[in-house]
Amino acid sequence: MEPILNVKNITKAFSGVRVLKNVSLTVNRGEIHCLVGENGCGKSTLVKCVSGVYTPDEGEIVLNGQRFTKLTTQQAIQNGVQVIYQDMSLFRHMSVAENIAIEKIRAKGARLINWKDVAGIAAEQTRKINVKIDLEKEIFECPIAIRQLTAICRALAHDAKILVMDEPTTALTKNEVSQLLTIVQELKSQGMSIIFISHKLDEVFSVADVITVIRNGEKIGDYNRAEINEKRLSELMTGREIDYPRYRRDFTENTPLLEVKGLSRKGHFNDISFTLRKGDIVGMIGLLGSGRSEIAMSLFGLNPIDSGEIFVSGEKVSIAAPQDAKRRGIALLPEDRFREGLFTDLKIKENVSSTVIDEISPRGCLDFSEEDRLAEKCIETFKVRAPSRETVVRSLSGGNQQKIVIGKWVETKPNIFIMDSPTVGIDIGSKAEIYEQIHNFAKNGMAFLLISDEVEEILANCNRVLILEKGRIKTILEAQDLRQPDAKKLILEEIGSRDLQPDTEPSTK
Amino acid sequence: MTNSLKKKFFNDINFTILIGLLIAAIVLSAIFLPGGMFSAANIKSMAFQIPEFGFLALAMMLSNLIGGIDLSIISAANTIAIFTAFVLNGTWLPALPEEARIPAGLVVAILTALIFGVFNGLLISKTSAPSLIASLGTMILFQGIGMALTGGVSIGNIAFEFTDFGKAEWAGIPLIFWLFLGAAILLALLLEKTAFGRKFYLYGENKVAARFSGINNEKVCIATFVMTALLAGIAGLIVLSRVNSAKVGYGSSYLLQTIIVCVIGGISPNGGKGRVRGVFIAIVLMQLMSSAFTMLSLSPYTKKLIWGVVLILVLSLNHWIRNLNDSIKKEK
Ligand SMILES: Nc1ncnc2c1ncn2[C@@H]1O[C@H](COP(=O)(O)OP(=O)(O)OP(=O)(O)O)[C@@H](O)[C@H]1O
Ligand SMILES: [Mg+2]
Repeated sequence: MEPILNVKNITKAFSGVRVLKNVSLTVNRGEIHCLVGENGCGKSTLVKCVSGVYTPDEGEIVLNGQRFTKLTTQQAIQNGVQVIYQDMSLFRHMSVAENIAIEKIRAKGARLINWKDVAGIAAEQTRKINVKIDLEKEIFECPIAIRQLTAICRALAHDAKILVMDEPTTALTKNEVSQLLTIVQELKSQGMSIIFISHKLDEVFSVADVITVIRNGEKIGDYNRAEINEKRLSELMTGREIDYPRYRRDFTENTPLLEVKGLSRKGHFNDISFTLRKGDIVGMIGLLGSGRSEIAMSLFGLNPIDSGEIFVSGEKVSIAAPQDAKRRGIALLPEDRFREGLFTDLKIKENVSSTVIDEISPRGCLDFSEEDRLAEKCIETFKVRAPSRETVVRSLSGGNQQKIVIGKWVETKPNIFIMDSPTVGIDIGSKAEIYEQIHNFAKNGMAFLLISDEVEEILANCNRVLILEKGRIKTILEAQDLRQPDAKKLILEEIGSRDLQPDTEPSTK
Repeated sequence: MTNSLKKKFFNDINFTILIGLLIAAIVLSAIFLPGGMFSAANIKSMAFQIPEFGFLALAMMLSNLIGGIDLSIISAANTIAIFTAFVLNGTWLPALPEEARIPAGLVVAILTALIFGVFNGLLISKTSAPSLIASLGTMILFQGIGMALTGGVSIGNIAFEFTDFGKAEWAGIPLIFWLFLGAAILLALLLEKTAFGRKFYLYGENKVAARFSGINNEKVCIATFVMTALLAGIAGLIVLSRVNSAKVGYGSSYLLQTIIVCVIGGISPNGGKGRVRGVFIAIVLMQLMSSAFTMLSLSPYTKKLIWGVVLILVLSLNHWIRNLNDSIKKEK
């Protein structure tokens, strides 16, 4: 095996705080190398050092045998390093083909763009990964999964030798994840090296050759996939044993807090009926386009419904805007944290208080000490890793940003809490803690509607599950169904998906 | 520098630069224009000139802070002044006794400003048209109303008591300057200390996230444009009182200058960032430089240069100091 990338004793600090401490890493040709670790442990920072975005304070990077102490992004690209960041940085109003080809054409120094070239380059890349995409479509019309593929193709167009994927699967549904992982395997068989970051250990085990564990900015070790299991890995990451607690509802009172009858919105969902009682955690799972997020938005007053009725505590209500929903004690934790959840240029405290401004403003004047208190409470409850409550949210790690989103909605103390993919990008340790919080709230009478793509998450939390397909409720699973040992398999079958299996034979494709 | 001082210095780089430039301008003019610049007469004359432009700049600042722009402020100011002038000179409501004209004029001014503001706010929040386009439309509309009423001639002959106000002084400083100072302080308190102000900044920062946070975006938008129109209206009344007449097209060169002064004052045109104090200092700075240039008897064309020069100076200092700051952090 020949190493293509050698990271040697890298140290990196932000305003005096060391987030990478003497980290080394070796990636071989044709290897899938996974990075795992808790939120804020330094995975994204390490990757940004490799791609030249950050210059390490100490240490060096060896690419193709060439040593760099001050690697620039240009040099990284010339040496075949391509990174797909979470936002994918695509041009929203350009077509898929243009996005794939534009950088390559520009790099060649062409002054004029030959549109045949564009189509040719784009088609060539999609062939490499064996997928069919509509190349003419503009990016903003494409679902996340297609954007992801576009970003991969763009990287391929650049003759990537090392492809870095920082949490590529957070916004994907189960089937799309399998597709992506198949592509990753395919690229590997063509000799590409891949650095893959994910908090979902089943994904890690299904693709990894080598797994590197980072904790608190320090490397704990490199492990071959064969010599380690999920349980051991999570212990290495967090320093303790992780067990997801299971929720059991034990209320005898069954009057519904939220009752939804025959809710329909053309083109999104049809005839949706369900109830949430005190202490219910009802899960919603389904494929992309099953209408889950749209239902959540409608319940929160963001999408008008065409027909159907909504009752809150037995009273028929019309919810025309989020402020109506909030007044009725409904909260929505939105799916897209950057656009819908956070004010990324503002401080932690200003984000946390954004849902309760009126509540912390007696006689219209902001109570700043109350705001500080709420922020401190949020940081403590969710173990947010941040220098202080004054930290700007943009500089937090992905998972810690997500914790702020949860925290700001918990502050409204809702009766009915709709959570759309609440734990995307959150590490397994924190997840267990967040589940515990959810269970506590539910035991105190809060009702949850939990939208998730992770069957484990659904099983750990829900006492009832609605399985959606094409905007309709296809199946309802009750608590006793969920306690069956084959519940996971059952749900996966229902949503028409298969479990990720680590391919045990060494891949010799 | 101690650590906390250093922090303050870099925390609001733009404000630090502004204060620095202001001090530099004061020191330089004290050296090169001794007697001239800081004579009581000149200070007073500057204090008379600042408010009308100042109110317009504050109005522009509000619309910039929510990530928009209000092109209609000047024409709103003029048309409000025209309405008021018609009441003050008795063309409208001729039956009104003389002494009731000023209160009636003020009521008309406030009502007109409210209507203009609500109209702008509704137009922008309901149609979600970009404020640039919407306010371009209302700019022409407000101007058209004024034009239709006056035929383009100036409306004068207004009550004496009203024109006196523009010349009145208190403690040796013009009343209108006190008014401006008070308005700026009130506005700063409103934006930085109240629930409304916080919602206003959040709305300016990220409208989608604000909506998802349960903030009533429409209300914030309308309130913003109402305040904008009220500030513009005050500017209109100050002009009316100082020049003794109202006319379509007064102060039309102010429009671009208000935008520039906001940028110099650290207001991000994308919304959400910037504070009243920055704009206030920027207004004073520009007045100071403009006075100095007048005293050096530079041609009016050269005077126009200062806007460009200061803008470029502030932007490049901002950039330079931020880089310096980053490299200091790196060394640590
Ligand atoms: N530009 C920055 N300025 C200041 N601090 C930063 C910056 N970028 C990252 N950090 C800090 O560095 C630490 C490591 O962040 P990093 O993004 O590498 O974490 P991560 O391992 O990717 O976590 P996650 O799993 O949550 O994405 C965090 O504590 C973060 O707050
Ligand atoms: Mg990260």
